Amino acid sequence: MKLKGAEILIKALEKEGVDVIFGYPGGSVLPIFDALYDAPVKFMLTRHEQGAAHAADGYARATGKVGVCLATSGPGATNLVTGLATAYMDSVPVVAITGQVKTFLIGNDAFQEADVTGITRPVTKHNYLVKDVKELAATVKEAFHIASTGRPGPVVIDVPVDVTIHETEYRHPGPVNIRSYKPTVTGHIGQVKKAAKAIMSAKKPIIYSGGGVIISNAASELTELARKTGIPVTTTLLGLGGFPETDELSLGMLGMHGTVYANHAIMDSDLIIAVGARFDDRVTGKIEAFAPHAMIIHIDIDPSAISKNVKVDIPIVGDAKNVLKELNRYIKKKPDITAWMKKVNDWKKKSPLTYKKDNKLRPQYVVEELYKVTKGDAIICTEVGQNQMWAAQFYQYTKPRTYISSGGLGTMGYGFPAAIGAQVGKPKATVIDIAGDGSIQMNIQELITAVHNKLPIKIVILNNRYLGMVRQWQELFYKKRYSSTCLEASPDFVKLAEAYGAVGMRITKKSEVKAALKKALKIKNVVVMDFRVEKEENVFPMVPAGEAINRMIGGMA
Amino acid sequence: MQKHTISVLVENKFGVLARIAGLFSARGFNIDSLAVSETEDPTMSRMTIVLRADDRILEQVKKQLNKLVDVIKVIDYTRKQSINREVLLVKAEVEEKKRPEVLKIIDSVGAKVVDVSHNMITVEETGDEAKIHALLELLRPYGIKEIVRSGAVVIGKEG
Repeated sequence: MKLKGAEILIKALEKEGVDVIFGYPGGSVLPIFDALYDAPVKFMLTRHEQGAAHAADGYARATGKVGVCLATSGPGATNLVTGLATAYMDSVPVVAITGQVKTFLIGNDAFQEADVTGITRPVTKHNYLVKDVKELAATVKEAFHIASTGRPGPVVIDVPVDVTIHETEYRHPGPVNIRSYKPTVTGHIGQVKKAAKAIMSAKKPIIYSGGGVIISNAASELTELARKTGIPVTTTLLGLGGFPETDELSLGMLGMHGTVYANHAIMDSDLIIAVGARFDDRVTGKIEAFAPHAMIIHIDIDPSAISKNVKVDIPIVGDAKNVLKELNRYIKKKPDITAWMKKVNDWKKKSPLTYKKDNKLRPQYVVEELYKVTKGDAIICTEVGQNQMWAAQFYQYTKPRTYISSGGLGTMGYGFPAAIGAQVGKPKATVIDIAGDGSIQMNIQELITAVHNKLPIKIVILNNRYLGMVRQWQELFYKKRYSSTCLEASPDFVKLAEAYGAVGMRITKKSEVKAALKKALKIKNVVVMDFRVEKEENVFPMVPAGEAINRMIGGMA
Repeated sequence: MQKHTISVLVENKFGVLARIAGLFSARGFNIDSLAVSETEDPTMSRMTIVLRADDRILEQVKKQLNKLVDVIKVIDYTRKQSINREVLLVKAEVEEKKRPEVLKIIDSVGAKVVDVSHNMITVEETGDEAKIHALLELLRPYGIKEIVRSGAVVIGKEG
């Protein structure tokens, strides 16, 4: 039987197990939306295409499945770009389908035309312009394969409107075999043995665990490695939840706003076991000064991540789960690290993460209470800035896929639409967006998406009437010249919530926090909580940009 | 920085050249020359890229190229036995009386005169970089008007 391109597209998506598409209609995707009208797959209408891209990303991070978004040609597609770049930087499997003008009009500056494959090339893992309906089914299959294997990432399929109207015989494509794309998933056994040997003879080892551990579902293998060897674990921002922070071997997060003890430990170590992390500048600080005495083992699926920023001694290209499984087999004895652990635990005791405990409503306290009230059992999405760092520091993550944040790109406005995606993917989970009063306004239009679809997300706004992180830098490095970071003119978030049909709450006192959080979590609707926190609270410790990461200000040992 | 010649086997599809060029520009790598054409297998193209880079950047270039879905194979000829060729077309202004002298030079290096007009002479040369360079230096005193170079192509000696 012959099918229209649009019908083939939907069928191909269903074959990939897609149960929800986030998106927004428009002229060039009319045939696709017509096919969606009576298709079983759920379509969720956001109020901006950027919201759709972030929702697909949040869905993917929360579930491990590929997130899908759909937008029309031209502005619809360009509105997806920030979301795609966000997903690309953090290796999130997303497939974006964009409408395109008719094949024969491409390049003519037609109405709502944009060179989408051109625009998205640097921010996607791969992209396609499908010019023939016969290629559509195979392209969708290939796109999902590329998005979800190797180092995952977003893939765009740009489909001209005539291709979605043309008819052809639908044939289910065979298995994907791309001669130029064969990710290495199994680690080289010789290298694994070398790594095991280095681990067993290390004196001051540390495990540095990143987002790759979560992506490859390797948290249990990583935990096994740590427990088997007694080696302490620090994680990156995106690695939070890859190792239980409640474990005595956990050093929390490292880097610019990492713990004092994690930063001291990695700088002083003689062996770094990096797993699914990429030695980002926010982690290493001044690169020439980074961990000068350490031998480095680097396990990563992406060969280009190895020796990109720091020189690696034992590279192992492969999937973190596979490699760690093998590595654990070759660890025959614990390294002798008693003296090292004493030193590490001393740092830990001497300089815990802390803040001023007085009667003022401080943002860190809100996050700490949120942790207590939820008992750590929630998916925390964040925006970007101080809220993101406090959410990382003062909530304890014990399970993978529970801290969802734009790490690499640092996209303000990411957290709330990502929370929508996470809640759709995990309907039973408590999903919370920890936000700032600045970033929540960047995709606030999605309130109606959440309310209308009965997604009971809780938004915790740490409202300090500033673009806090930038203000903090201005305070510390620009003589307190608060240029354009003061947000005194913000909407009334409680009334705004009510206007959207959500519940609004305002909390101005420390004593109200616990009860307010408890109350909000019982409400089966979207709740916007406006916490009027201390205005000029800073995120500490902090490593000034370009400094070595043991040169921290605030919370110094 | 050292010059390197790398050969990149890619899928013969539209947009692939843009992906390669985009990779170089996005990461701030410089290309000295680039030559692209179909191979013995019409589904594949070969790009020969000459670039200046230190070892670390060269390593990144190769890894990033390999990361592109449409790249089938990357061969680095820096430390490999290979044959390196480039085509040069050069137009020089030569007055009537100096013509015999110039023709002699051209003949002596084995280059070919492909066009002559009353005071202009166009020469074709094929060779490695040293050879092209030598001819250009010999012609320079007579007044070079225009240089067109194909960019290097390279083929390995073994297998």
